[in-house]
Amino acid sequence: MTVTEIAGAGVEVDPEGFLVYPEDWNRVLAEQIARESGILELTPRHWQVIEFMRERYLETGTAPSIRSLGKESGVPIKELYQLFPKGPAKLAAKIGGIPKPRGCI
Amino acid sequence: MTQLLHELEPAQEMERELIEKVSVVVSKGSLEGIYPALIMANGARMEGIEADLFFTFFGLDALRKDRQAKIKVATVGNPGMHMPTLIGAIPGMSWLATKMMARQMESLDIPPIGEFLELIHDSGGGIYACHATVEMFGLTEDDFVPEVDGILTVGEFYDRSAGAQIIFT
Repeated sequence: MTVTEIAGAGVEVDPEGFLVYPEDWNRVLAEQIARESGILELTPRHWQVIEFMRERYLETGTAPSIRSLGKESGVPIKELYQLFPKGPAKLAAKIGGIPKPRGCI
Repeated sequence: MTQLLHELEPAQEMERELIEKVSVVVSKGSLEGIYPALIMANGARMEGIEADLFFTFFGLDALRKDRQAKIKVATVGNPGMHMPTLIGAIPGMSWLATKMMARQMESLDIPPIGEFLELIHDSGGGIYACHATVEMFGLTEDDFVPEVDGILTVGEFYDRSAGAQIIFT
């Protein structure tokens, strides 16, 4: 694990840049992780997905699959890939400060 | 002059290249022949990797309106099932095994084939039918589910797959 400086605070991240402690997360941090991941601006639709991912993880201890993300987040699959072209579940988890989803679906 | 192996220049350390594109060929029409390909194609899209699926021979059943819902696990000739051939051959055995597997998959959030194809299609993955097989089985575009992006010849498939890793299942 390495400590990195994000938004002026030292936070611990894994080798792929996912936060180790979800409680370190805040919205300013999210915006910076997004920019580093190639998403220059987080729109309300981005936030809807990120918050859904984060809430689901904090409730259940696992991140939702791409299938349930498409069905339950209120953002359909096509739009998810427009918002997060490099992988919606992975990127929304990273920006939302939760561990990388481990599922294959 | 012959060069000995240890005399060769050490290969320059290659930068680790990431996969950017995959083309998955599906040639089998059983449940266990189709699902791994769908999971790999969807998994590629989830990582931001471009993905195409090319269905050929009995793999085409996954795209056929009249057959998609009837795809089953092979209970005969499938050592992985650990089932004696005579038991596997009992009518309804394949249906039963498929039912059980479908329930297990649903609990893992793995969608049925039709929904899975829709998911891949909406993720930007390409879904193609093999031209030679379509002709051989006397099919037309109307026989396929709407997620199919087109019918390709082998040449067109290779052309689309430029720069991709090709995976045959």
